[in-house]
Amino acid sequence: MSKEKEKCALCFKKEDYHGVWVFAEQHNGTISEVVYELLGVGRRLADQLKEKLGAVLIGFNIKKQAQRLIQYGADDVYVVDIEDAARFLEEDYAEVIVKLVEEYKPAVFLFGATALGKSLAPRVASRLQTGLTADCTSLEVDPEEKVLIQTKPAFGSDVMVSIVCRNKRPQMATVRPGVMKKVEMCAARRGNIIENNHIPPLKLRSQVLNFSRKQTEVQLEQAEVVVAVGRGLGKVENLKLIKELAGALGAAIGATRAVVDAGWISYQHQIGQTGKTVAPKIYIACGISGAIQHLVGMQSSEVIIAINKDPEAPIFDYATYGIVGDLMEVVPLLIKRIKTIKNLS
Amino acid sequence: MRIIVCIKQVPATNEVKIDPKTGTLIREGIESIINPFDLFALEEGLRLKEAHGGCVFVLSMGPLQARISLKEAMAMGADTAVLLSDRAFAGSDTLATSYTLAAGIKKLGGADIILCGKQSTDGETGQVGPGIAAQLDIPHITCVTKIIKVDHAKKRIVVEREVEEGYEEILTTLPVLLTVEKEINRPRFLTVKGIMRAKKTGVVVWTASDLEIDPSRIGLSGSPTEIVKVFSLPRQKRGIIFSGTPEEQVETLVSKLKEAGYLF
Ligand SMILES: Cc1cc2nc3c(=O)[nH]c(=O)nc-3n(C[C@H](O)[C@H](O)[C@H](O)COP(=O)(O)OP(=O)(O)OC[C@H]3O[C@@H](n4cnc5c(N)ncnc54)[C@H](O)[C@@H]3O)c2cc1C
Ligand SMILES: Nc1ncnc2c1ncn2[C@@H]1O[C@H](COP(=O)(O)O)[C@@H](O)[C@H]1O
Repeated sequence: MSKEKEKCALCFKKEDYHGVWVFAEQHNGTISEVVYELLGVGRRLADQLKEKLGAVLIGFNIKKQAQRLIQYGADDVYVVDIEDAARFLEEDYAEVIVKLVEEYKPAVFLFGATALGKSLAPRVASRLQTGLTADCTSLEVDPEEKVLIQTKPAFGSDVMVSIVCRNKRPQMATVRPGVMKKVEMCAARRGNIIENNHIPPLKLRSQVLNFSRKQTEVQLEQAEVVVAVGRGLGKVENLKLIKELAGALGAAIGATRAVVDAGWISYQHQIGQTGKTVAPKIYIACGISGAIQHLVGMQSSEVIIAINKDPEAPIFDYATYGIVGDLMEVVPLLIKRIKTIKNLS
Repeated sequence: MRIIVCIKQVPATNEVKIDPKTGTLIREGIESIINPFDLFALEEGLRLKEAHGGCVFVLSMGPLQARISLKEAMAMGADTAVLLSDRAFAGSDTLATSYTLAAGIKKLGGADIILCGKQSTDGETGQVGPGIAAQLDIPHITCVTKIIKVDHAKKRIVVEREVEEGYEEILTTLPVLLTVEKEINRPRFLTVKGIMRAKKTGVVVWTASDLEIDPSRIGLSGSPTEIVKVFSLPRQKRGIIFSGTPEEQVETLVSKLKEAGYLF
């Protein structure tokens, strides 16, 4: 038996682990949106467990953000405010987090499924030898066993799986941005700020030399109206029509993976499990079948309109309004109607 | 330079069935392919070898049939293929997989650069790469879109990676583990010569006893996550499906939207 193993076998007791933690991802001092969503779901889980909600905030000159995390639901904020954190990457991030976990022993630990979160969480889980579930869409506590039930879409087809991590702690999961609901900000909320400056020795082997900002022509996530297109479009030439509809509505254009894979539109437009998550006021699905991997990226939209020639298409089960018909016929009519309304008003 | 590319054999189709009892994938009778994302990792490995010399190992963990995928990787140009295959590895989650692959990498004598795909099409987590790096105690960079510079003598590498807002240029040290995006390159096709060469070269197969591993950390028992339920989402007829001619349907839609205050 290796030394490490011996140590673990002797000291690990899952009963020692309490509370729900979220990783408070921040970039240049700004907390990422997904953190508020994690605090939302974390708050609910902590209340169900009758335990505390903690947030882990690591960075340089970020202490002042701790109060905000409390206002959005955290009871305890574990702050590591050190100069090196301004530039260190996942490797050192992970070591700092591992140390905090070993010291405070949270039972549940949630990360946003962002570029950083998806890179950091598995490194932390691997170091702690605990389980990690990727891209959860629902998190619940089993009332008897008190374990976290982590549910996510899986294996193509319309299948969901629920995953638990019974015997290791913390129970870790990444959650896609846009899936969970934030809690209301409450300025009067009180909580504890716990500063930690005893950090493990850092390796600082990686550094960012340069950053170039992406040109974001596609503001999908912010759009109030999204016109999304699926394989029902038939061929790339027909995209003109969709652009015209989007133009008339002032909408952003989304797409299914089938359309992206066909090369009709760039990946930035993809909505769904392996693309973006959107929740606009109006979502118009044109020629989209409604596969679960697509639905998880748009089902929180306020009004979902589906245009599909197959009345049995699953998308109709999720649509607020459905038009059964050929999009090549329906979309031009819709454009015409919208244009007339616009001209009248 | 020593390069190891981790490739996974995955079902060719999206419509995979799951064994309701064990919660694991049923693989029988389904055609298998190299995980499409791993082809980009392999291509990048081959290009690194062409530019800097050295050799490319391909490494996989899976059932014996994964040898077919490894042979294909050799036909593309990989020098040596190693398969970690043992009943004891069955049912591994991403933690146990990372641990086992890391053990395979150690036995291979390590590498300067380890390449993984962005994610597998069946596991879909992207967790195995960073997990391996943690086990090997080396840095890792995910979402790599370009390898900008490799300085083998100084043991340094500069890569570009994609994050939400843009692209970061990162300097790090060798050895390193990189997971690559599909924008990084265009994988080459197999050549007849490559296929002939691959035919003549065998795949090295290592079982659990060939590796220095803790038996409690592999396979099902070394996997902390457990699938407890597999289900389909209930169909929830909640919407209104219009009827009539396309003109009438569009008209009804427009009036519904106006009523609800959504149109102007
Ligand atoms: C691991 C994994 C991850 C995935 N991630 C994503 C993801 O992030 N996003 C995503 O979208 N998909 C994703 N997918 C793919 C997903 O499973 C579906 O294959 C995809 O969403 C289908 O796209 P579609 O609806 O455009 O095409 P199809 O399923 O082919 O549907 C086309 C629809 O158009 C209709 N149609 C055809 N012609 C017309 C016409 N003239 N007028 C009106 N309707 C017409 C048809 O009736 C049909 O319903 C993923 C799959 C896997 C396995
Ligand atoms: N069984 C395996 N054998 C070899 N490589 C693997 C295996 N599982 C995952 N990988 C590697 O890890 C990457 C991410 O896989 P995943 O975490 O399953 O999404 C893949 O693209 C492969 O490069």
